[in-house]
Amino acid sequence: MDDMIKPHLVPRFRVGFRFQWEPAQNAYVLLYPEGMVRLNGSAGAILSEVDGERSVAEMVQRLEERYPDAGPLSDDVMGFLGEARENGWIDLI
Amino acid sequence: MTDREFTPDNRSTEVGPPLWLLAELTYRCPLQCPYCSNPLDFANSQKELSTEQWTSVLRQGREMGAAQLGFSGGEPLVRQDLAELIGEARHLGYYSNLITSGIGLTQAKVKTFLEAGLDHIQVSFQASDSELNNALAGSRKAFEQKLAMARAVKEAGYPMVLNFVIHRHNIHQMNDIIDLCTRLDADYVELATCQYYGWAFRNREGLMPSKAQLVTAEATVKSYRERLAASGSRMKLIFVTPDYYEERPKACMNGWGSLFLTVAPDGTALPCHSARMLPIDFPNVCETDLRTIWYDSPGFNHYRGDSWMPEPCRSCDEKDKDFGGCRCQAYLLTGNADNADPVCSKSPHHDRVLAARRAADHATAGLEDLTYRNTENSRLFFRS
Ligand code: SF4
Ligand code: SF4
Repeated sequence: MDDMIKPHLVPRFRVGFRFQWEPAQNAYVLLYPEGMVRLNGSAGAILSEVDGERSVAEMVQRLEERYPDAGPLSDDVMGFLGEARENGWIDLI
Repeated sequence: MTDREFTPDNRSTEVGPPLWLLAELTYRCPLQCPYCSNPLDFANSQKELSTEQWTSVLRQGREMGAAQLGFSGGEPLVRQDLAELIGEARHLGYYSNLITSGIGLTQAKVKTFLEAGLDHIQVSFQASDSELNNALAGSRKAFEQKLAMARAVKEAGYPMVLNFVIHRHNIHQMNDIIDLCTRLDADYVELATCQYYGWAFRNREGLMPSKAQLVTAEATVKSYRERLAASGSRMKLIFVTPDYYEERPKACMNGWGSLFLTVAPDGTALPCHSARMLPIDFPNVCETDLRTIWYDSPGFNHYRGDSWMPEPCRSCDEKDKDFGGCRCQAYLLTGNADNADPVCSKSPHHDRVLAARRAADHATAGLEDLTYRNTENSRLFFRS
């Protein structure tokens, strides 16, 4: 079992997934073949840092800079990325 | 951390935007599937919106908040302006899905569409072998072409989404179907049992699987899911079972006029692709703008909320869950679209569903007894 989200891994959206801001829903959404997930605030913030180049560690750092009042975010980010991989939204390489 | 969101927060008080737009570009199609969801009298409606009219529909839909866009039909590939419409959709920010039989698709088109910004192509199959597939499709070359196009779709870098419409003549192939999809390395496999509308309703007796067939198929899918998970495969199997074997109806379209907006080839706007058969006057995009259609037209407001419901739905504590089921199914089975969907065991018409189940246990009709979807047969259904 190698299910750990490791800080050096780089998340990227899986083929067929598109992440975008939808003004009508006032939210980030994830679009995929014949489906759509509306993301809550923190999920949207985390996925907005996924660009296929940044590592998990870099994402955490950037998010902590964006949300200085939120405290350490490493656990939240890793936990959510684990869920996102489980859901088949992202790959980590 | 995520909410699977297809449910607007204040359904009863507020109408949310149509998040999903289905553009039925044409009723023309080279195939003749006996379960086609197009209207029986499609041949009566040959008018199609122009490129400019479709572009305007896409723009209006996007402005209202639509994010998912389906291009379907008929066979959308017969439209010569498909690449142009795809480009427009991408430019507007839609996630666009092409729902095709694969007939008329070429490797070059797969690429052109990708460059134009298409997100996903769903190729539909009739069966897992060429003989049955081609008999159902009414075409001798269909199967090989579908295989080639499924591969081309994947090679081009799209997710591979394969759709099999399941019924009593192919449900025994579940193993072969899933094996075929595994060999093709599909990402998503939709095993969609027929929904009985349009041509499928006409052919229901000849299509509906028996309970025993269904139970076997469900067990097969379950064991494949376990095996796939164990092998680390990410192929997703989506098995849509027929609601005729349920005791509660589906929450059809997530509620009438709640998320889905379909525009038929001639511009008729519908809350779902089969609603055209209902005795309701639906607006047309050639005469009315999409916003007015969605929020203000009598057609779209007809079954919003629950004040239209008769008993047993009216006083039922489950009405917020299923909205009384499907209006088209109520209409087809009881003659009155206001009634509870007869799939519901509380419906006074539930016996009609039970009768269909019994009929499915004893059906003997072969492929040759089905009414195939073609212009000639459609003309027989002309309403004057
Ligand atoms: S279901 Fe078959 S006949 Fe109907 S539009 Fe699709 S491919 Fe054509
Ligand atoms: S009675 Fe009507 S609302 Fe209640 S479960 Fe049946 S269909 Fe749904």
